[in-house]
Amino acid sequence: MANTVESGATMPEQMSVVDDIAAEFTDKRGMLIPLLQRVQSELGYLSPETMERIALRAGVSPARVFGVASFYSQFRLKPVGKHIVRVCMGTACHVQGAGGIKDAICDELGVEEGGTTEDGEFTVEPVACLGCCSLAPVIMIDEDAFGRLTPDEARKVVRNYGVEEN
Amino acid sequence: MAEQNTSNRVTVGLSSCGIAAGAAHVYDAFEKEFEGKGLGVLLKHTGCIGMCYREPLVDVDTSEGRVTYGGVTPDGVARIVEEHIVGGKPVEDLMVRADGHELPDDSYYAQQVRLVLRNAGIIDPESIDDYVAAGGYEALKKALDTMTPEGVIEEVKASGLRGRGGAGFPAAVKWELCAKQEATPKYMIVNADEGDPGAFMDRSILEGDPHSVLEGLTIAAYAIGASEGYVYARAEYPLAVKRLKMAIADSLERGFLGENILGSDFSFTIKVKEGAGAFVCGEETALIASIEGQRGMPRIRPPFPAAEGLWGKPTNNNNVETYANVPWIIANGADAYASYGTETSKGTKVFALAGKIARGGLVEVPMGIPLKDIIFEIGGGIQDGREFKAVQLGGPSGGCVPMEHVDINMDYESVTKTGAIMGSGGMVVMDDRTCMVDIARFFLQFTQDESCGKCTFCRVGTKRMLEILDRIAGGEGREGDIERLEELGKSIVSSSLCGLGQSAPNPVLTTIKYFRHEYEAHVNEKRCPAGACKALITYEIDPEKCVGCTLCAKVCPVGAVSGERKEPHAIDTELCTKCDACRNACKFEAVVVK
Repeated sequence: MANTVESGATMPEQMSVVDDIAAEFTDKRGMLIPLLQRVQSELGYLSPETMERIALRAGVSPARVFGVASFYSQFRLKPVGKHIVRVCMGTACHVQGAGGIKDAICDELGVEEGGTTEDGEFTVEPVACLGCCSLAPVIMIDEDAFGRLTPDEARKVVRNYGVEEN
Repeated sequence: MAEQNTSNRVTVGLSSCGIAAGAAHVYDAFEKEFEGKGLGVLLKHTGCIGMCYREPLVDVDTSEGRVTYGGVTPDGVARIVEEHIVGGKPVEDLMVRADGHELPDDSYYAQQVRLVLRNAGIIDPESIDDYVAAGGYEALKKALDTMTPEGVIEEVKASGLRGRGGAGFPAAVKWELCAKQEATPKYMIVNADEGDPGAFMDRSILEGDPHSVLEGLTIAAYAIGASEGYVYARAEYPLAVKRLKMAIADSLERGFLGENILGSDFSFTIKVKEGAGAFVCGEETALIASIEGQRGMPRIRPPFPAAEGLWGKPTNNNNVETYANVPWIIANGADAYASYGTETSKGTKVFALAGKIARGGLVEVPMGIPLKDIIFEIGGGIQDGREFKAVQLGGPSGGCVPMEHVDINMDYESVTKTGAIMGSGGMVVMDDRTCMVDIARFFLQFTQDESCGKCTFCRVGTKRMLEILDRIAGGEGREGDIERLEELGKSIVSSSLCGLGQSAPNPVLTTIKYFRHEYEAHVNEKRCPAGACKALITYEIDPEKCVGCTLCAKVCPVGAVSGERKEPHAIDTELCTKCDACRNACKFEAVVVK
């Protein structure tokens, strides 16, 4: 188990994912962030081992890779659930009660902010702004946005999302 | 019959907001309705029309003119097809705008002038043919065929266009600085890292009319002599990124980008760089560091990017809206542009209206119109007829403008005088239920979190300010806390390197300036006048108003509400988590916060 990630890729598979993606970059200049983004979207998160491999392929030190990965909020250093629930915490959502939406979702799923459900289905991620401000409060599950929510409706959305999937 | 109807067209607004409101289902419903019926109706999609409060929006064009429908559901689709398209009689109760009809929503558009948003919500953003048909790339042709690079700079200078990212620096002056550099290659950057929470102007422009930004960028590149451009886009805007990439590929194919553009000897290429989520990357030197693959940390200027920017080469950086203005200016001339706005703030500005506003959306108005017109005329005032309290301009870097200043004119200088900033155009409206201490704390939490950590005052000072605000909102404010906030705030402003730190205390300082009494109520009386700070409030049910409908008891997640049907209910304050679900659910205003 220690050698696998959420997507089920074994360590050698993770390494070859990094190698394959890195090979697509002809221009090494500025490739680090796009490379991290591509690898994360493939593997779900960035493990210490993948970051070391990325360092090797990008020709920079592992410290530099970790420095960049930990600086930007997009990069996850821990495995995540199958679905990401992004709860918008932007200004418009805040004044329309985003705090209550976040609490309701965390309560419904039984996780803390940033946490993943025990069954590995959902990770709850508060985000700065999804840019759908006039439909506030908004959440996004994977690529699907849901607007004008009440705490009660937010609970239903996550509940039903799970059901439809299974 | 089918032949008669070939001019009929249905256009569904498919921007992120529209999709969040269910527009994709509406589009599918039309597809299904039209299937096999041979109605000869053209089904299209477009970007943000701007009336976000009415999403999902659908335009129906027939020989009788255009009708815009709002709040359309799949059921509504069936009615529109049957009654309007087949029956020829528009569905009046869904109508928001229509040729030959006077409707309440007309006032939303009455004062708007759409130069930047000229195509948004009208053309299909994924079709270069639509853009060209709307006059797109004519300005680029004109610039390349008839104008020198210096001539372009002069024209834009004469138009008075100022950078729309927030600071308002004259765009052409920046271009000129970069054009004069001898080092090559030169780079262009579009700052599309719209990080202000509460702002969605740039997203809507990119989703609704990506070619306008690319055309403006290419014209500016010609003026400066740059060969390569980068669009630095927020990764949280997947649809904008997708449409941008499509637009770049299409323009390359048509020769509006690439080698020897339109047969000239000017060559230019554009790449999209997806940001990775860091507010500080809105600052140009941090943004450049991010494109270079480093942590997005600002550096001391000078040297300015115009001299030493990306990869150490001369670089010009403007935001999305600034570039989107350029084709219009070149096509219509500087004088036409400068006829809008005020002496020092020319042209138009796009604002994103959100918060407790009745009609939230994207609006474009001439610079200098009174703020109150935007909020009360265009925005229709406050939701549910509540009372206007303040509006936050410029996001976490800006400040709030209270009722007493709501009649200011929206030009750079007048806004700055209030302590707020024009910013990139985010306007978050607040009502009497919004607590100003809570709002200040919200913004500071954001900037504190987003501080890159380089400058001590920004890194530690915002942290200390946040601790003070946390305790004030938590009912543990101490005497002298308000003064400490002011003192710390001023020190952070003067001791930070970049715009993030220099402006981070603004929301706190402006709320103290205009709503000091609210801070004092929290500190001295341990009371939150707006009823928002959880530690200082309790929920009760007014037995006079409660009709015993049981709705509050049903929505309470912790079972704190009890009572028999048709009898007044009561809240167990020990169990209550103050989640506000009961107050939102109550239709009789019987849930009161004390």
